[in-house]
Amino acid sequence: MAAVGGRIVSRCVSCLSRTAVFRRIHRPRNICTSTAVCCSKSENVSHFEDKPEFPGSRSQFTSRLEFLEPDRFEGIPVYRVMSRNGEIPEKDQDPHLDKETVLKMYHDMTLLNTMDRILYESQRQGRISFYMTNYGEEGTHVGSAAALDPRDLVFGQYREAGVLMWRGFKLENFMDQCYGNVGDKGKGRQMPVHYGSKDLNFVTISSTLATQMSQAAGAAYAFKRAQNNLCVICYFGEGAASEGDAHAAFNFAATLDCPVIFFCRNNGYAISTPTKDQYRGDGIASRGPGYGMVTLRVDGNDTFAVYNSVKAARDLCLRESRPVLIEAMTYRIGHHSTSDDSSMYREYGEAGYWAKKDNPINRIRAYMERQGWWDEKQEQEWMKDSRSRVLEAFSKAEAQKKPNPELMFDDVYDEIPEHIKKQKDQMKQHVNQYKEFYPLDIHEEMT
Amino acid sequence: MALFIRNKCINLAKQNLSILHKKIPNRPSTKRLYASFTYIPDTPSSSHGETTRMNMFQAVNSGLDIALGTDPTAVLFGEDVSFGGVFRCSIGLKDKYGADRVFNSPLSEQGIVAFGIGLACAGATAIAEIQFADYIFPAFDQIQNEASKYRYRSGNLFDSGPLTIRTPSGAVGHGALYHSQSPEAFFAHIPGVKVVIPRGPIQAKGLLLSCIRDKNPCIFFEPKILYRSSIEEVPTGDYTKPLSEAEVIMEGDDITMVAWGTQVHIMREVAMMAQEKLNVSCEVIDLQTILPWDMKSVAESVVKTGRLLIAHEAPLTMGFAAEIASTIQNECFLNLEAPIERVCGYDTPFPHVFEPFYLPDKLRCYEAVKKLVNF
Ligand SMILES: Cc1ncc(C[n+]2csc(CCOP(=O)(O)OP(=O)(O)O)c2C)c(N)n1
Ligand SMILES: [Mg+2]
Repeated sequence: MAAVGGRIVSRCVSCLSRTAVFRRIHRPRNICTSTAVCCSKSENVSHFEDKPEFPGSRSQFTSRLEFLEPDRFEGIPVYRVMSRNGEIPEKDQDPHLDKETVLKMYHDMTLLNTMDRILYESQRQGRISFYMTNYGEEGTHVGSAAALDPRDLVFGQYREAGVLMWRGFKLENFMDQCYGNVGDKGKGRQMPVHYGSKDLNFVTISSTLATQMSQAAGAAYAFKRAQNNLCVICYFGEGAASEGDAHAAFNFAATLDCPVIFFCRNNGYAISTPTKDQYRGDGIASRGPGYGMVTLRVDGNDTFAVYNSVKAARDLCLRESRPVLIEAMTYRIGHHSTSDDSSMYREYGEAGYWAKKDNPINRIRAYMERQGWWDEKQEQEWMKDSRSRVLEAFSKAEAQKKPNPELMFDDVYDEIPEHIKKQKDQMKQHVNQYKEFYPLDIHEEMT
Repeated sequence: MALFIRNKCINLAKQNLSILHKKIPNRPSTKRLYASFTYIPDTPSSSHGETTRMNMFQAVNSGLDIALGTDPTAVLFGEDVSFGGVFRCSIGLKDKYGADRVFNSPLSEQGIVAFGIGLACAGATAIAEIQFADYIFPAFDQIQNEASKYRYRSGNLFDSGPLTIRTPSGAVGHGALYHSQSPEAFFAHIPGVKVVIPRGPIQAKGLLLSCIRDKNPCIFFEPKILYRSSIEEVPTGDYTKPLSEAEVIMEGDDITMVAWGTQVHIMREVAMMAQEKLNVSCEVIDLQTILPWDMKSVAESVVKTGRLLIAHEAPLTMGFAAEIASTIQNECFLNLEAPIERVCGYDTPFPHVFEPFYLPDKLRCYEAVKKLVNF
């Protein structure tokens, strides 16, 4: 291989003809990028009478030494229903959702947005310890949640608050968790945004990435055996998909025929890491076939497309008892979290572009306006109303006390073992001795 | 979640959130005094030359800079390392040394450590970052079964010595279950690795350089609360601090106090309280290296004082204090005037809103001091 100017001249390892490929930024390749052009034979002809009999084989022998060149495959298309301005060009793709459903979608997406702004701001003021916004990804949440049965079990990552909202998690439930107050069903133990709800079939969030993925496969297997006609959905980021756990999850779900929907939110970033540092294949969707999973890529900013995809995936999951991989393409408009400043790693204006030009909220609103279901006046009223609802829930949550410190020792096990009982007593005794030095004023009283 | 980057933040939603300017009825209580500490700057050794004021992330950055500058095989990588790391430890290094030496890895801790072992085994110096110590567990297999046993199982044909894993650990006030843990004891149970924890900027830089240059795989826990809260004059040049050597940071006669990382600062204040209020003289030892630890220094001190208090943030049961206590009662049985005391995190996961009650704070340690002298 010799570098000539900016190019690399090399030989195609398959047909040995000289080829030139442009120097690539990341990895020069010395095989030609298009075998179809330089290799004389474009389709495979076997010179052998037999077929491979290796366990599981389903192909032929070939005399051509030809590597599978990933860039030779066309990119996986992005399924879309609605254009950016809310038009549905292919009428048969219209999910024909009734007005009530579409309005609920819009209400939840915008309410989530308003809640995000207020909680984000409250963290900046030190009123809660941490927050993560969902800006730009509202369509993936609401579109997918709407297509599921509310009894389908959800395993989330952390940026899926809209799924919970769709299922009826109340503003005060969100706020109570973020404050870790007595209303928090998680008993104040986890950081903000680590929601969970038994009633709404939403397994409590854990910060550890990708750990929920194989768990989702296991839960789906249990559902299958219970023959309850329900599926499991597992949300995860394109970053988390790099974890070993993601591989295990895909492979377990495929080999054990688990009715689980793996829903990847590909929002372009994992904190500061852009997708080009995360993977070199065609996104996450390209992995699906490798695991023997049916796969679809969808425009995540198109709420209807997400809805159709998940609905179809759910049917397939249950009908054929197998996993489905969905990759929803979207964009993380906000900072990763309140601990992050994305101006350190992405161009100013990049997020603004998405916020303005390709935003799931704008798109569904455009659709509603076309239908004559929504206008500026309604928008104004709703924005006012939703804001005051959020603020009301916010002040209520803020006024509540934190749980009794003794709750720290509960739930480590189903029953408190002796050694922890002893520690609990020591804690109480010590804190009672030094009452004035512990924040007992903001906690419920100890027994 | 990448916590704790406290930079300016653009508020995407510039809204007038009037209610947020109202008085807060249930504002976080200010009564956390005894869980906090005052950082008392260390004095740099004059033999280490010129100094600059640095906090701990800057000192780590300076150490990494020197490691990359003095060793052309050295590479630095991990999640979000390229833009400077979520705690700013690698800031500026990609621009200085190039993207082939300072780079982002895909999001996989198992991958990060294994990649590092491979680099090390092929003769390169690998400096791997695990974004939070809480997330090191996907790499546990690579550390426990691979890195630590490379030399032994090959009869010293191969080793993973040039690997150093840096990772932020410990409590910060609001990190909850997964941004607060101090998992050093898990790794102290692995023959073949070294485990090191600095108490501030000068130590961080010197000990980190020692780890990077040590011929054994090292795990370097950086107490993340110290990244910004500890500031002192740090030598700008190349220097190392010896591994497996504890440091007596306060001399005393009545009680030996052993701690590492953030807890050293709590202990120092407790020692001052004990002196002032009880007229008890405490000797404070920063263990610095957890494995292999400096048994001799601790034993010598206990022979002198007859009493030992060990404190750490990690849960009590099977915490490293247990190992120290067991060894010291064996080495110093006849010198002991009282049973060895441990003040540790409780045997629960690290809780969010209960953190002030959970930590081995000054008052809990102070009570232990009283117990030791009143036995
Ligand atoms: C096992 C593990 N490693 C690292 C982290 C730190 N961390 C939190 S979020 C994040 C990025 C995740 O990106 P992605 O999966 O794309 O989700 P997104 O934030 O974009 O929604 C990282 C590295 C973690 N929480 N868990
Ligand atoms: Mg992402």
